[in-house]
Amino acid sequence: MLPVEARGLVKAYGRIRAVDHVDLTVHEGDIYGFLGPNGAGKTTAMRVLLGLLRPDEGEVRLFGRDPQHEMPQALDGVAGFVETPHFYPYLTGRSNLELLAAFDGGDASGRVGAVLETVGLQTRAGDKVGGYSQGMRQRLGLAASLLRNPKLLVLDEPTNGLDPGGIRDMRDVIKELAAQGMTIFLSSHLLAEVEELCTRVSVIHEGRIVYEGALADLHASSAPRYRLRTSDQEAARRLLLDDGALGDVTASGDDLVFTAGEAVVLELSRRLVEAGLGIAALIPETATLEQLFFELTEAGEHPHRLEAVA
Amino acid sequence: MTPTTLTAYRWEVRKLASQKRTYIGIGASALLPILFVTVMAFQKGGPYDAPLGHNLRHTGIALALVVLTFASRFGAQLVTALVAGDIVATESTGGTLKMILTRSLRRRQILAGKTLASFTYVIALLLALLAAGLVSGGIAWGFNPVVDLTGTRLPAGHALGLTFAALGVFAIPLVAIAAFGIFLSVVTRNSAAAIVGTLVYELFMEAIVGLVHVQWLPHYMLSAQFDAWHGLFQTPVFWTPVIRCIWVSALFAAVPLAAAFAVFQRRDVADE
Repeated sequence: MLPVEARGLVKAYGRIRAVDHVDLTVHEGDIYGFLGPNGAGKTTAMRVLLGLLRPDEGEVRLFGRDPQHEMPQALDGVAGFVETPHFYPYLTGRSNLELLAAFDGGDASGRVGAVLETVGLQTRAGDKVGGYSQGMRQRLGLAASLLRNPKLLVLDEPTNGLDPGGIRDMRDVIKELAAQGMTIFLSSHLLAEVEELCTRVSVIHEGRIVYEGALADLHASSAPRYRLRTSDQEAARRLLLDDGALGDVTASGDDLVFTAGEAVVLELSRRLVEAGLGIAALIPETATLEQLFFELTEAGEHPHRLEAVA
Repeated sequence: MTPTTLTAYRWEVRKLASQKRTYIGIGASALLPILFVTVMAFQKGGPYDAPLGHNLRHTGIALALVVLTFASRFGAQLVTALVAGDIVATESTGGTLKMILTRSLRRRQILAGKTLASFTYVIALLLALLAAGLVSGGIAWGFNPVVDLTGTRLPAGHALGLTFAALGVFAIPLVAIAAFGIFLSVVTRNSAAAIVGTLVYELFMEAIVGLVHVQWLPHYMLSAQFDAWHGLFQTPVFWTPVIRCIWVSALFAAVPLAAAFAVFQRRDVADE
């Protein structure tokens, strides 16, 4: 059974659809990145997944169980947090975890010490959470999730508020958990983070999923882009513009940039030489996730944009 | 171990015990009889017209109930509202509700734990008032027999037992006030609104009693049930107001609690 399967989720606030017919499929072992600009609907969708919000339409299954109708069993093997994790400020970090462990039941209470160690908070566990920094609360949030010994970990912007060292540590923990076989669903607006951690992604924009699939497929789906520098850039530019097989010819600094297939580029290089131009550089460029993200979420079309396909 | 309502209740009590305002409420409750005795020590008169007031300066046993007569007009409801109105709303605004609602306890178990903890707090308030009343009253005036509302002299031991029972009867409508506070706490998701709303609710009932001149009506308003304990200090015991207090308060508690559970079970947990 799939860790997460959401079909046709809709959640509206008045006339605004925060989540608009969202489909999500997370496979076992995925580190699944849920990407989108602020306000795109990530947190709302995650709240629906965890049973905190009732969708207006659609359904969710977590390992085959419906969080709208089978709570709390639907969260068996599932843990996580949406937005910044919050705790009781007048209790210590350890007491907060003991409370949550008691609410989880089973052998969760026996794991409090271990999870504190995993997130590196064992020395501050006796302090009241009111005195914790944002980063410490974030780590305590991860510890609270790990108490449930989850098979699926749902994390909303897990590195929010962390300093560079904390970000590195958090990412290392996530990688380690994934290496142990845990499925991880994480939302982020940090593209570098998703690129570093995730194997599959979905991109949400204005409440709609505009891409879902493997990160590698997303990279492969973009038209190959090349950077050209010659002995006469003006002559080269005219030649490129006259070539109907090339796309998106633009200037970028001293270089000319265009998209084309490999065969077209081979033919182009011959024509440049025939025209008497010296080729100083003809470099293939891989689109960064950032470029792809903007293509998907801004006006430009992308071949894998679901709306375009539909 | 499977988590139960008892798990939620235990932690709610522990959370209350970890907060300063809990002790401020209980401290204020305990301070009232001490202030009472102190003021009376420096002046000749006293509230001798209040129920059991004629016992003051003769025995310390009656002190807590006399103080309660004054507290029942507003103070007890205020302190109750402070906790009951806050107990769910503070978790909504503090963001902790979404954390506990994604664990293995059912929503109704969590709310039941909170409800029971609020009721426990009400009992703790009254016990603090009674303990301080007995100690301060006992030191000032001793543990002597009490003359009840029908003029019968009750032995100190018997009067003490009746005092405990009277506090129990007083707690019943206070629990109903707490139930309304919990309802507002769930519905408004705002502590201040729930606390103020609970007090307005109590004042509203007082106003109805004052403004609507229908003879039977006051007997069935929640505010009137705070005097039901008087029936215990009559010889023979006058059970009618006590029994009415139980069922009227139960009704006043059951309706808002049922509504609170229905709303809490289905509510969305989003930004507050």
